[in-house]
Amino acid sequence: MSEHEYKPKSKAGKWFNDRLPLLTLGAHLTDYPTPKNLNYWWTFGGILTFCLLTQIITGIVLAMHYVAHADLAFASVEHIMRDVNYGWLIRYIHSNGASMFFLAVYIHIFRSLFYGSYKSPREVIWIIGLMIYLLMMAAAFMGYVLPWGQMSFWGATVITNLFSAIPLVGDSITTWLWGAYSVDNPTLNRFFSLHYLIPFLILGLVVLHIWALHVPGNNNPVGIDIKKPSKDTVPFHPYITIKDTFALLLFMIVFAGFVFFTPNVLGHSDNYIPANPLVTPAHIVPEWYLLPFYAILRSVPDKLGGVILMFGAIFILFVLPWLDTSKVRSAVFRPIYRQFYWIFVIDVLMLGYMGAMPAEGIYLVLARVGTVYYFLHFIVVMPLVGLFEKTDPIPMSISEPVLTGGGAEPSLAKKDNGKI
Amino acid sequence: MAKFNFTKILSILTITFIPNTIFSAEQIDPIKVDWSFKGLTGKFDRASLQRGFQVYKEVCSSCHSMQYLSYRNLGEPGGPEFSEAEVKAIAASIEIEDGPDSQGEMFTRPGRPSDKFKSPYPNVNASIAANGGAYPPDMSVLVKARPGGSNYIYSVLVGYEDPPAGMELDDGVYYNKYMIGNKIKMSSPLSEGIVEYADGTEASVNQMAKDVTTFLSWAAEPELEERHRTGVKVIIYLILLTVLVYLSMKKIWSRIDSEI
Amino acid sequence: MSKEEKNVNRRDFLFTASYTVGAVGLGAVVWPLIDQMNPDKAQQALATTEVDISNVEPGKSITVLWRGKPVFLKRRTPDEIAEARAVSMDDLPDPQKDEERVKEGKDEWLVMLGVCTHLGCVPLKDKGDYKGWFCPCHGSHYDVSGRIRKGPAPKNMEIPKFEFVDNNTIKIG
Repeated sequence: MSEHEYKPKSKAGKWFNDRLPLLTLGAHLTDYPTPKNLNYWWTFGGILTFCLLTQIITGIVLAMHYVAHADLAFASVEHIMRDVNYGWLIRYIHSNGASMFFLAVYIHIFRSLFYGSYKSPREVIWIIGLMIYLLMMAAAFMGYVLPWGQMSFWGATVITNLFSAIPLVGDSITTWLWGAYSVDNPTLNRFFSLHYLIPFLILGLVVLHIWALHVPGNNNPVGIDIKKPSKDTVPFHPYITIKDTFALLLFMIVFAGFVFFTPNVLGHSDNYIPANPLVTPAHIVPEWYLLPFYAILRSVPDKLGGVILMFGAIFILFVLPWLDTSKVRSAVFRPIYRQFYWIFVIDVLMLGYMGAMPAEGIYLVLARVGTVYYFLHFIVVMPLVGLFEKTDPIPMSISEPVLTGGGAEPSLAKKDNGKI
Repeated sequence: MAKFNFTKILSILTITFIPNTIFSAEQIDPIKVDWSFKGLTGKFDRASLQRGFQVYKEVCSSCHSMQYLSYRNLGEPGGPEFSEAEVKAIAASIEIEDGPDSQGEMFTRPGRPSDKFKSPYPNVNASIAANGGAYPPDMSVLVKARPGGSNYIYSVLVGYEDPPAGMELDDGVYYNKYMIGNKIKMSSPLSEGIVEYADGTEASVNQMAKDVTTFLSWAAEPELEERHRTGVKVIIYLILLTVLVYLSMKKIWSRIDSEI
Repeated sequence: MSKEEKNVNRRDFLFTASYTVGAVGLGAVVWPLIDQMNPDKAQQALATTEVDISNVEPGKSITVLWRGKPVFLKRRTPDEIAEARAVSMDDLPDPQKDEERVKEGKDEWLVMLGVCTHLGCVPLKDKGDYKGWFCPCHGSHYDVSGRIRKGPAPKNMEIPKFEFVDNNTIKIG
């Protein structure tokens, strides 16, 4: 991948590198030419890596103390909170870390949507990213079951029952998932096992995600192809590493604020009530990061239809690179798409809000409108806007002003350069 | 030119998440109490914790278990901080079942600090049977298990009233202004002077409710004081490092910016 | 000092300071991750064990569990005590008088952790060349005072903290 051949300085380094080119890989990662106009929305890739590692490390620690048994799980979590040295800290980092992970991943995804990072030649990066996102949701869901509180139990019941919507084999699949005739101890055990496995699958996909990224190189706010290395790029280290570190520290301040001062605000108080198969809580809601999909599920009055639409809402993202017909990547130069982009953001936020509200009255109506629009955005807006939109003039390179004059601000490229 | 900017997102968030009032249709918001343990550097009031433990022991513990706490917790830093001798005496005043001994028999012995709080009933079913079909919830994490937290617990304790005209209540059901659904199967547990405080504090219902809620808040979050202390240090540290990294970043990028 | 050099100095200072402060933070993060594996508060507060010894005949011993390990309580006969005290200190790899291993006035009671000091196995009683204990794992021989006499174990078996609550009860811990 690297344009120049890396030569280790020491003899030992050369000997090793000839056999396993780790030093070449290190040099590639260090020198990797990165567009110099990346803004702070691009720092979330690094932040997400931090989130994944934090979850894996704290998770391994928690697994040393947690007991995956229906009779003991809740008590073992209390044991972690009360008796284990720094147990409270490690558990609160892990539980809030899940939320921070999703916060970062949503910013990362919406950044990609705005700047067209999913488009050719980066479709595979996008698809691997979506697979990571799906696995994150699975890991988060199963992790939420482990404390074996009321929300754990009923969340597990509701989500596993989604599979019973499948015609003919649905009930058998659900029973198979449970390993019992309801969510029970066998379910908890297998969820724990899978919850431990999935992060490592994610880690593997992250390696592929970055590998696929390093083939075409980063997209950038202007969205144009750049020559690398050139005046438009900087080596990844130290320019991008220091910038990522700075953004990560700001992110960690927010993270620490949650962990130390409002550790339970993102959770649900019902999960501090031990699981009780006889009583369902009055309002079952998933964690905040799943709410938009929950709203889509509930907006359909048909069981199978709701499940199909909910999964469809995620899977439609996989074909997005081919639904978007525009030749221009960045929404900065797409005046019409830009408006629809913000409408879409509002639509997803509204769906999230409806997901937290009871499915009745005006909430249900709005959830249905939101659901219809969600799909319209991808199936109708994306292809049509791409065909008919008159885009703004695009600069030739990120260091140079716009080639053809016209409406766009020639200072744009400069402005982005100045920003670090 | 519209960019992917933060202020825009913030304003969208504010519009989207307008405060909702859907759940408060029947029930009023809990009383807001100015707890000493709220805020970034909040700490528990030791005297209140000790009095609260007395209320728990003399009133609540006859029905409510607190199974995740041990007597030793009462002497740990950040809690009521009873002296070692006091903790031993508190534990020793409880009969704990232990065993089996070498003959295979269970036996009772005085409690030790390492013992868990003794539950009033042998199991959940027994507690339901003894309380007219309602389960008196375990109090270990009760404050974290209720949406309003400490304010809600306090409000319920002082929220007993005569039912509004026209409301029929079954036997063993009481009206409570703040309880979710307004019906509660626990009769008003606190009454003027039901405990006698050793430190001479007047045992009014409000005072006892405040003390016992403080105690329950500590029971649910015994790490609170350490958490607040560590949190302040961590955030100060992070801000310091952020400033250093920011300056370093400016320095490093100045090599590029000067070329443009 | 030229302006250029000043700049370089400030840059060096900044980078050094950033790295140092960052490293301190990293260290502070590592400690909780290590400390969580130490015995937790419940373990530290683990109860003492009280043992009823009224049924133990002279020459017999009982074994009880304390902190997850066996504790041997042996009621020794006068002969055994005399034998233990007759041993010359020069014959002991880990010299210790029998008197130091029992409570004064309660010489017949030997209370010790039944754990071989070699690699943690539980020795068998009334076995070995010295009429005490014999560890089957790697062949360490202990005498009636629980002192190592032969084999790979480096030390005598450990005496835990214990006291006589009354004539019939021993409290370990």
